Amino acid sequence: MLNRTAGLRDVMPHVISIRDFSRDEIDRILDRAAELEPIAHGGSSDLLAGRILATLFHEPSTRTRLSFDAAMKRLGGSVIDFGSIEGSAVSKGENLADTIAVVSGYADAIVLRHPKEGAARMASEFSRVPIINAGDGAGQHPTQTLLDLYTIRKESTLDRVKIAIVGDLKYGRTVHSLVYALSLYNAEIHLVSPDQLKVPESLTNDLSESGTRITETTDLDEVIDYVDVMYLTRIQKERFPDPNEYRTVAGSYRITEETLKRVKDDLIIMHPLPRVDEIDYGVDSSRHAVYFKQSFYGVPVRMAILSMVMGDGTAATGGW
Amino acid sequence: MKRELRVRRIKNGTVIDHIAAGHALNVLRILGIADGSTEVVSVVMNVSDQKKDIVKIEDWELAPDEVDKIALISPDAIINIIRDYEVVEKRKVVLPSQIVGVVRCMNPNCITNTDEPVKPRFVIRRGEGVELHCVYCGRVITDQIAEFLI
Repeated sequence: MLNRTAGLRDVMPHVISIRDFSRDEIDRILDRAAELEPIAHGGSSDLLAGRILATLFHEPSTRTRLSFDAAMKRLGGSVIDFGSIEGSAVSKGENLADTIAVVSGYADAIVLRHPKEGAARMASEFSRVPIINAGDGAGQHPTQTLLDLYTIRKESTLDRVKIAIVGDLKYGRTVHSLVYALSLYNAEIHLVSPDQLKVPESLTNDLSESGTRITETTDLDEVIDYVDVMYLTRIQKERFPDPNEYRTVAGSYRITEETLKRVKDDLIIMHPLPRVDEIDYGVDSSRHAVYFKQSFYGVPVRMAILSMVMGDGTAATGGW
Repeated sequence: MKRELRVRRIKNGTVIDHIAAGHALNVLRILGIADGSTEVVSVVMNVSDQKKDIVKIEDWELAPDEVDKIALISPDAIINIIRDYEVVEKRKVVLPSQIVGVVRCMNPNCITNTDEPVKPRFVIRRGEGVELHCVYCGRVITDQIAEFLI
């Protein structure tokens, strides 16, 4: 992981981008999450008793915010936040650098979501405590990627997995990080999207050069009976500058009970949620649907990250 | 036949030769030579036979870390340090591994394009050409780097 910045922060373990992690480091986090998962199922611990987590969400969030909150509290710690942006110093014009400098005096770690890309990286340069990136614009969302990997490892097989990633592959920030991380596990990646929502060419070029097996298609039928994992994404209205373009592609690749007749018995269906109409409600009760478990796994994975940056010292020196 | 000089020789200072044609003014921008600068500077653009530009800066010996940034837009530029009309040092510019505060990020949503107290920083890689990777947002500038000079 480690984005180590200069000077006194040499040993500070920030979580900024999945690209900062090696496969070994990711495996250590996933292993730790597996150890902590029983606590996430309704248990409690004093691992982070007396520790304070600050959550700074400059953009709306439900799952990420609540699961960090739950993770911290399951481990015995407490959470502070600045409530709504409107009621905070941000609304008075305070810049992010100053906010971080101030809040890092109040907490032992900071979870940050911000609309500007690179905000978390910059914040790490002004913070005296670890920064955990909870999404920066269309940029990185590393804890989502880690919980996605954890889900695949638990519910399928991570090494050499055959995965179809479907939907908005251009604007969806979870996709780029996930594709990169899967390349570390020798995955066979099939990218399924309308032409106007394909992943950026720079990403596919990078991965092809690294030897990752990767295909692109507009037709889900080409891979639907072949893959182990189908990862669906919401086509996000707010990412489209042109509402007509949104309407044209919305509703593509909808999964129904009928679709499931053609898939492998052990296929798992994942989705970062919230869904719009990508997955029919009838699919929820099938053995293939793991998206609510995936959402739950955000808690043990974030418990692992919090414990490693604050509690047990495993991230403090010498890597994760 | 004696060659005719377009710009007179300088006694002391720096001559930057073999600048890619048309980029002399960008070189001045990179070096921070702009309105208000006091240096005596001569610029020759589009030297006809070699398709290059030349910049002569009097009484200022540029240090390597100052001039290597020129390699971003003109990787074949040659730096000549002049003392008492003689060339005492001659070397090619070397592409630095990182640059700070020279080029702005092309991503309008990058944190460096806000009022935050952070300078744009890029890691430089050589692919087919020069690639600038924004340390903050990850966006890569490959073409027309000169357009993004600060």
